[in-house]
Amino acid sequence: MNMPMLKAESATAVAVRSAPSDVLKLRAPRTGFATRILPALSNAAARVVPPLVTLALILLVWQMLCNKPGATLPAPTKIWAEGRDLIIDPFFVAGPQDIGLGWRVLTSLQRVATGYGLAGVIGIMLGTIIGQSVWAMRGLDPIFQVLRTISPLAWLPISLAAFRDSQPSAIFVIFITSVWPIVINTAVGIRNIPQDYRNVALVLRLNPIEFFTKIMIPSAAPYIFAGLRIGIGLSWLAIVAAEMLTGGVGIGFFIWDAWNSSRIPDIVVALVYIGGVGFLLDRIVALIASVVTRGTASN
Amino acid sequence: MSYLKIDHVDKSFVRGAQTTEVLSDITVAIEKGEYVSIIGHSGCGKSTMLNIVAGLTPVTTGAVLLENKEVNDPGPDRAVVFQNHSLLPWLTVYDNVRLAVDKIYSATKSRKERHAWTMHNLELVQMAHAKDKRPMEVSGGMKQRVGLARALAMEPKVLLLDEPFGALDALTRAHLQDSVMAIHAQLKNTVLMITHDVDEAVLLSDRIVMMTNGPAARIGEVLTVPLPRPRRRLELAADAVYIKTRQRVIEFLYARHRAPALQAAE
Repeated sequence: MNMPMLKAESATAVAVRSAPSDVLKLRAPRTGFATRILPALSNAAARVVPPLVTLALILLVWQMLCNKPGATLPAPTKIWAEGRDLIIDPFFVAGPQDIGLGWRVLTSLQRVATGYGLAGVIGIMLGTIIGQSVWAMRGLDPIFQVLRTISPLAWLPISLAAFRDSQPSAIFVIFITSVWPIVINTAVGIRNIPQDYRNVALVLRLNPIEFFTKIMIPSAAPYIFAGLRIGIGLSWLAIVAAEMLTGGVGIGFFIWDAWNSSRIPDIVVALVYIGGVGFLLDRIVALIASVVTRGTASN
Repeated sequence: MSYLKIDHVDKSFVRGAQTTEVLSDITVAIEKGEYVSIIGHSGCGKSTMLNIVAGLTPVTTGAVLLENKEVNDPGPDRAVVFQNHSLLPWLTVYDNVRLAVDKIYSATKSRKERHAWTMHNLELVQMAHAKDKRPMEVSGGMKQRVGLARALAMEPKVLLLDEPFGALDALTRAHLQDSVMAIHAQLKNTVLMITHDVDEAVLLSDRIVMMTNGPAARIGEVLTVPLPRPRRRLELAADAVYIKTRQRVIEFLYARHRAPALQAAE
C-alpha cells in the first residue's frame, strides 16, 4: 500500500533538484502492473506462504511418525488412500447413512443456526436489561456467572429429560452454551455507553425505542459482536459434542460412528472439516462485525 | 420579565452522609438575543450550572424559568453544544444533524424540507462539504462545528455552549469564535456559554457572569461588555475598552478569587 506514496515522494525530490525550471512537474504515480498488482501479489504471498510451509512441515513430521508398522494413528498417505471419497466429494449420497461430509456439516449448521440465532436474540435482550438496570444486574449477574461455567455436555442429560427428543435437546445445548458470552458482553456494552450519548438522547427527547435502536445498539455494537463471536465458536464446539451423544446425521455423530467401526482415517477427515467450518464461521461473524461497527470502535 | 431566568438556584450533591454544596443562591436573568458567558476557575460548578439550565441535572432548590415557565427536563428548546462534541461516531456528519432534525420536525416538516434544513445548518457552520464523512475523519474544530450545527438545527430558545472551544488549539479556536459571532449576529440567538478563557468571554459576550470559587460557588460579579458589534478581533486587541474589560475579569479571577490550588501553594 505504501508504494504509490513512496513513488510520489521520490518524484518530488527529483523535481526539486532541477530547481531552476519555473514549473515543478510531478510525475503522476503510475497505475500499472509494477505499482499496483505486484505489491498486492507479494502481499498476498506473504500471508499465504508461511502457513502453507508450516502445514507441509506438520504433514511431513506426521508422515514420518506414523508410517512405521505398528503405529496407532494413520499417516497422511493412508488417510488419503482410505478416505479419498470423503475428501474429494463432500456432497455424495450413496445410502441413508453413507453421505458426504458436506451434508453432515450442513445438518449440524442448521442446528447451530437455530440455537445460535435464539441465543443471539435472547442474549442481546437479556444483556440490554442487565446493562440498563442496576437491580436486574444485581439479581441476574451472579446466577449467570455460575451458569456459564457449566459444560455444554452437562446440560445434555437434563435437556434430553426435558424435551424427550434429540433434535430440540441439541439445539438447547447450543443455545445454553453460546448465550452467556452474548449476555455478558452486551451488558458491558450497554453499561459503557458514554454519558455524552445519553445526554444527546435526553436533549433530543428520544423515546425508549428510538434510544434503543439509535443509540444503544450502535454504541454497544462492538461489545455485542465480541460476544457473538465468542458465542459462535462455543456453539460449534458444543454441537459436535452434543451430536456424538444424540445421534442423527450431523458431523459429531459421524465421528462417533467412525470410532465405533474403527474408521480412524475418516475421523481425521471429519476433524479437518470441523476445523475449517469453525474457522469460516468465526471469520463470517468477524466480517459482519467489521461492516456493522465501522466507525463505532474508534472515536 | 427576562427571557431566561435562573432563579435562586442552590445545588448540593449528596454522597452517603456527606453533602457538598456546589452552587449557592445563583440568580441570573438573560434577555432574548443576549450572549452571556459564565467564567470561573475549574471546579467552581459552572458546568453544573449549565447542566441545570439544560435540565440534565436537577436543582436542589430554586428554579430555571424559560419564558416564565419552569423547565425541569432536558429538551431541544435548550440545545447544548457539548465540550467534547458528543457526535455519534457511527453516523456521518449529515446523519448526526439529520437525527436531530428528524426527531424535532417529524410532524411539521416534510422529508424534503428536513433534508434542506439539515443542509442549511451544515452550510451555516461551513461543514456542508464534509457531510458524508464520519466524525473521526474530520478535525476537532470541524467536529465542534457539526455539534454547533446540530444544536442550531433544533432552533433552540436558548443555545447552551459548554466550553465549546476548550479542546481546540488557539488558531482553530479563534476561527470558530468568529463563526459563532457571525452566526449570533445573523440569527440573534440567546446564548449561555461556559468558558474559562478571559479573551473568549470578553470578545463574544454582552455580559460576563463571574463565579467565585467552590464549594458553594456564588456569582461574584456581573460585568457588562460595552463593546459595539460587530467586533473584530484585530481591532479589539488595541481597544481601550476591551483592554479595561479584560483587565477587570483578570483582576476578579486572579487577584480576588484565585484558584484554590494556587492559594494552597503559597
